[in-house]
Amino acid sequence: MRVRFKSSYDDDINLFEDRWHLLQFGLLLAAAVVAPWLLGSYYLGELTSVLIWALAGLGLMLITGHTGQVSLGHAAFMAIGAFTNLALMLRGWNFFPALIASALVSGVIGAIIARPILRMSGIYLAIATLALSIIIEDVAIMAAPITGGVSGLFAPTIELFGVQADRYGDPAMFYYLCLALLVLVTLAYLNLLRSPTGRSFLAVRDSEVSARALGVNVARAKTLAFSLSCAITGLAGAMYAHLVQAVNYESFLVLISITLLLQVVIGGLGSIHGAFFGAIVVVMLPQLIAITRDLLNNSFGISMASYPGMDTAVFALIILLMVIYEPRGIYGIWIKVRTWLELFPLYRKGMFRRSRTYLKTERMR
Amino acid sequence: MSLLQVENLSIAFGGVKAVDGVSFSVEPGEVFTIVGPNGAGKSTIFNLISRLYEASSGQIIFDGQDITHRPAHDVARLGIARTFQNIELFDHSTVLQNLLIGRHSRRGTHWWEDLLFLPKVRRSEREHRRIVEEVIDFLELAAYRDKLIAGLPYGVRKVVEIARALASQPRLILLDEPASGLSVEETQNMAWWIEDMQKDLGLSVLMVEHDMSLVSRVSDRVLAVAEGKPLALGTAAEVQAHAKVIEAYLGTEAAS
Ligand SMILES: Nc1ncnc2c1ncn2[C@@H]1O[C@H](COP(=O)(O)OP(=O)(O)OP(=O)(O)O)[C@@H](O)[C@H]1O
Ligand SMILES: [Mg+2]
Repeated sequence: MRVRFKSSYDDDINLFEDRWHLLQFGLLLAAAVVAPWLLGSYYLGELTSVLIWALAGLGLMLITGHTGQVSLGHAAFMAIGAFTNLALMLRGWNFFPALIASALVSGVIGAIIARPILRMSGIYLAIATLALSIIIEDVAIMAAPITGGVSGLFAPTIELFGVQADRYGDPAMFYYLCLALLVLVTLAYLNLLRSPTGRSFLAVRDSEVSARALGVNVARAKTLAFSLSCAITGLAGAMYAHLVQAVNYESFLVLISITLLLQVVIGGLGSIHGAFFGAIVVVMLPQLIAITRDLLNNSFGISMASYPGMDTAVFALIILLMVIYEPRGIYGIWIKVRTWLELFPLYRKGMFRRSRTYLKTERMR
Repeated sequence: MSLLQVENLSIAFGGVKAVDGVSFSVEPGEVFTIVGPNGAGKSTIFNLISRLYEASSGQIIFDGQDITHRPAHDVARLGIARTFQNIELFDHSTVLQNLLIGRHSRRGTHWWEDLLFLPKVRRSEREHRRIVEEVIDFLELAAYRDKLIAGLPYGVRKVVEIARALASQPRLILLDEPASGLSVEETQNMAWWIEDMQKDLGLSVLMVEHDMSLVSRVSDRVLAVAEGKPLALGTAAEVQAHAKVIEAYLGTEAAS
């Protein structure tokens, strides 16, 4: 059993609770840094993919998990980030300025859209954001001078200080690039959460009337949260474009928005861990299902090939079970396991009496 | 000069005149209580003052400033804090986090500074925390500091909500039925805290309360309202003895 003794206010303000906590994250980061030496190129690619989805998930987590506003439109902001980045690079911009532009353009467009859209709540908000996802397909075709129209854009080579860092040129460098970006965004996210801005987002999520009475400008807080969320998602979109090397109007279908939302729900709404856990599930689950299928086929002669759509069905089933039995997502399970370890042997059953968590969708008036 | 001055305040919902020409004033350091039967419009008066509702006519003047049309998020900064009849805490946060959100109107940093967590942000966080700890000491909440709201007993939540309001360092605190749902002992504590807020913190308190023994004990003046209209104003004893007030209460009891 581990007990924390706090000796100054900074113990609650610091990013890491104590040395042990810092050590855990240090080890995790170290593992991420040595990964390219340990993994083959295929699994390195998968891990890179996890990082990019985690980044996109962080974006959505900010607005949905921490500010309580559901969005089914975030693929649109991935698209905006992706096309901005590629279009600028194809016009001779360097990678970094183009990446920053992706975040800015997505963030600004997000801020403009936020005002009218975030006046809605619940199911209406879900539908309005869903419409964004649908519109973006047409926009991607019509804005041909920027987006390359129907055929889309190919990702140019990333060169950083004379070193190639694209997916096929040097997969390890590309992986490090994604890792660095993710670490930076995560730190900024953590900073928000431990300061007034992040607390105002939580306030808006849990009680808008209270938030207003305490001096939170709710419309402004929502707009800021949405804009920051879109900026992060735009960054993820840019990295995604370089991961898949070519994007067109079909790269950011509604399904991507839905998957992203599932990702943060499965991972655990309202936690940074959740975005990461969710990304692992979203990237790894199809693999896992494929491996299981092959195993069944080879070892037991049960052929799943005759059931098309099996993957999606299993995926859906897992989500369903998750939402019913562990509404706090994988993060909820993680907390239980951690508490069990920390309190060992004092853990009692029923310590986690379930208190329901609400999305604004469920609170329709 | 009065700290809060409400003049001829009215609001209607559809055809219902929930508040109809109410006037009163709260002096600095005063405990002023509004009483009245259910549905009299007491909470609506609070919602008008904290600008959650838009008055259809009348004026609200706080500390010499007309706040009748100020946006709701300005009110806290001016020095008015409140609690809600049906406790509105941030359930998924700890007591400490709730009180820190209570500091929002006193924030001194911009979002981009927060994002980078500049040294300035750390300094202001320490200051917020210092003040929050004073409130925690004042209301004896130390044992609950790191507990989630969702798991707290009802009585403690009521106190946490008052603490959150105090964290904003208000000059006027609005308490909507602070003793409803509390046990006898908890009501006793509540009376002490209201007296302490008045005497130690020098706050003005505007309160809505049904428990007449609490009202008589802590209130300097009492206003009775029924069906949105003011009935009587005076000390607790005067108001309770007022013919119109007795009639209003009997009326509702006969009806129910
Ligand atoms: N947002 C609203 N929309 C419509 N009607 C409302 C609204 N808020 C209050 N009312 C009506 O205004 C009247 C006064 O309500 P209010 O909540 O102020 O009463 P109250 O004096 O606080 O009663 P209680 O002692 O039960 O809390 C009621 O008839 C109520 O139905
Ligand atoms: Mg009321």
